[in-house]
Amino acid sequence: MEAFLNNSGAVIDGFTWTIRLTAVSALFAFLIGIVLTAMRVSPVPLLRGMAAVYVETLRNTPLTLVLLFCGLGLNSALGVSFAETTQWNVYWLAVLGLSAYTACFVSEALRSGINTIPFGQIEAARSLGLTFMQNMRLIVLPQALRSVIGPLGSVLIALTKNTTVASVAALGVQEASREMKLMFDQGVVPVIPTFIGFALGFLALCLPMGYVFGWLSKRLAVVR
Amino acid sequence: MAATSLVALENVNKHFGDLHVLRDINVTVDRGEVVVVIGPSGSGKSTLCRTINRLETIDSGVITIDGQPLPKEGRGLARLRSDVGMVFQSFNLFSHKTVLQNVTLGPIKVRRKSKAEADKHALELLDRVGIVDQAEKYPAQLSGGQQQRVAIARALAMEPKVLMFDEPTSALDPEMVQEVLDVMTSLAQEGMTMVVVTHEMGFARRAANRVLFMADGEIVEENTPDRFFTEPGSARAKDFLSKILSH
Repeated sequence: MEAFLNNSGAVIDGFTWTIRLTAVSALFAFLIGIVLTAMRVSPVPLLRGMAAVYVETLRNTPLTLVLLFCGLGLNSALGVSFAETTQWNVYWLAVLGLSAYTACFVSEALRSGINTIPFGQIEAARSLGLTFMQNMRLIVLPQALRSVIGPLGSVLIALTKNTTVASVAALGVQEASREMKLMFDQGVVPVIPTFIGFALGFLALCLPMGYVFGWLSKRLAVVR
Repeated sequence: MAATSLVALENVNKHFGDLHVLRDINVTVDRGEVVVVIGPSGSGKSTLCRTINRLETIDSGVITIDGQPLPKEGRGLARLRSDVGMVFQSFNLFSHKTVLQNVTLGPIKVRRKSKAEADKHALELLDRVGIVDQAEKYPAQLSGGQQQRVAIARALAMEPKVLMFDEPTSALDPEMVQEVLDVMTSLAQEGMTMVVVTHEMGFARRAANRVLFMADGEIVEENTPDRFFTEPGSARAKDFLSKILSH
């Protein structure tokens, strides 16, 4: 406990980066997920196909490979760079990998939400003269979103924990589990209590997410 | 003939797989006319109704609304659909919106009316269909009959040129049928152009200018309601009427 407290600066720093990675990746994953969902139900076969290929590919690729690709493939081999400093460059590469990967799960959740909407409502919106985009924005997505808030909470929790892969998988991004490993490397902290400490840290992050999303999903449920 | 009629279908054909659901349909609906389409289930009458705003595509033939051929897709189709009101069997109100929002959505988003103007008109329409006091409720809080009257108000709010009804009372409990038919009858009397697919023979007698009898994807008989119900011209219509009117 004492060793843990002596390193509290590094611990807080690590979890701050974890939260930052999670929040920014979640935002992008959500936006990309909405676009993918709209593409998958669009009347244009090409868009449907492209979105399906994207989702099926990334969803079935291990996250480690996705992040390795961002680090080794995009950055080292292709020279893609997002920032001057290494610290921020790997951060944005990790955000790219995490959000591209998580967007698939957001999209699949939303798509199952769309299936809960009676098709007649979509026809009714069409018959009023709404365009496809208006129909998505005003009728389909608001209802789909409200019916999958619970599953989206699970996606967010998974994303939070998945940020730890970003430091392991070649990128060396700063986040909580990397701080833990650095502490072990220095050999200054007792192993088991430190593990438990970091595990509790993630629990403290993720547990409230589950409760908040559970509460929201009840509150916002569409009554049929 | 197409110059004066509001809705015109010429040689319309449609298949569902091997099933030929619409066979060489030729129909015109004039301004202010109330056309009731009746026939046994599976005769294609709902499909006919749904092709008129292209909720169903057709394989061949031409459909024109107010002289304009129905566009295949895109904004042109959306614009044309906004002129063809539709009332469905299962109401299809937007569950996440209040009654008032259901009625004002089209006018605000499609007709680009101000919210104040759309609200005012919507409340007048809700008053007319007798549910203005439910304006802030959600569809799930209303009875079937009330929901269908909201759906009629929602369609009317677009100020459509023609109003289509696809079996509007078939999903209702018996005691709620009349309240919906009353609204429809008063619309008919006010000169609204209507195409009504229904099994309500009383309504057909009372409100229709013309009855279309369909069977197996064809229009078998076209007649005035009086003649159709008292001396139908076709054997199939006689058979159909004997089955539904005998009990």
